[in-house]
Amino acid sequence: MELTGRNLACERGGRQVFAALNFTVAAGHALILRGPNGAGKTSLLRMIAGLIEPAEGEFVLQGGHQDLEPGQQAHLVAHQEALKPALTVEENLQFWAGFLGGGDIERALEALNLTALAGFSAGLLSAGQKRRLALARLALVPRAIWLLDEPSVGLDAASQVKLQALVHTHLEKGGIVVAATHTELGIRDAATLDFSELAA
Amino acid sequence: MKILAALIRRDLTLAWRQGGGVGTAAGFFLTVVVLLPLGIGPDQVLLQRIAPGALWIALLLSVLLSADSIYQTDFEDGSLELMTMGPAPLEMVVLAKAFAHWLAAGLPLAILAPMLGFLLNLAPELVLPLTVAMVIGSVSLSLLASLGAAVIVGLRRGGVLVSLLILPLYVPVLIFGVSASRGALAGPDIFAPSLLILLAISLVALVSVPVASAAAIRAYLK
Repeated sequence: MELTGRNLACERGGRQVFAALNFTVAAGHALILRGPNGAGKTSLLRMIAGLIEPAEGEFVLQGGHQDLEPGQQAHLVAHQEALKPALTVEENLQFWAGFLGGGDIERALEALNLTALAGFSAGLLSAGQKRRLALARLALVPRAIWLLDEPSVGLDAASQVKLQALVHTHLEKGGIVVAATHTELGIRDAATLDFSELAA
Repeated sequence: MKILAALIRRDLTLAWRQGGGVGTAAGFFLTVVVLLPLGIGPDQVLLQRIAPGALWIALLLSVLLSADSIYQTDFEDGSLELMTMGPAPLEMVVLAKAFAHWLAAGLPLAILAPMLGFLLNLAPELVLPLTVAMVIGSVSLSLLASLGAAVIVGLRRGGVLVSLLILPLYVPVLIFGVSASRGALAGPDIFAPSLLILLAISLVALVSVPVASAAAIRAYLK
């Protein structure tokens, strides 16, 4: 499997964010997006997810499901956690497991160390715990492409290690990770796409 | 199907736990129906004449009350974005959400309304036609409300705007709903056609609202 972006351009509100962007990520590899605020890292992730249209260029996904969009084979963990405070931790995961076509709730709770919190209402969680619950979606339903937007924000040291392990397992299974970050995620053999060079 | 069932179950749980569902809407309905005789006075003949229309107007307003929350929180917390990336087409997601709104607000109110009719001296023989007409009509009420909610999804405090946008669309439902509710009193040659037109409105809404709502939501997310 290989995800390629060709000659991509992004326009937001009439402003050119980036242009002539090319990248390739093969199965089992990670691409780290770096660059100043507003350089278009989040926009690129949302573009791959199919939430915004590229102004120019296209994505090619080789070796995935041919009848699904790249976005339908991807997980997006963005700044908004997509959690319902009125539901418990487990119920939140139950919903996403059902909606995304079946998943292993026990494994997801385990992967982000949330088992002890399973019965708590998600509204009572701290910011870091909410982030962990959002990340638990990655372990919940298997999807080939992971789009992570600053996934480590708010995580304590132990959870960052858990996230690293989760990402490495995914890569070993032949998954693809595209992550925007300002900190070091500690992902092995990751290629870097630097947006500050694009702007120049 | 399982996917949509998960969504409907979640929406119903949320409606139940957060209020804003049938509880608030039913309370509002009850208040309107109680206030009406106080404002009009104890003229039993007059009340009996206006009862079906008054109950219909109270139903429209109560259904609208919970409309703006159909997509609002899902939009704000990012769930709606993730739903567009799911295996189900957005049109079906939208239909499932409208169906959940109907189950949580439209249907219970449509069943409750004729029972509150005794406060307005509703003629007993009208209870059944009114219930049938309201159950059929409430389908299009919930669907149109969800369309309004989809159109304003990106706006803050769009609640009043939903009412302004959607109330005019409720006019046909109101007209044929009321004429169907008068049932046998108005004569069978008015009752049956009105009910059929009401059904037709609901079916048209069932087909067109998901497409329109999904288009509105896609436009906002872009």
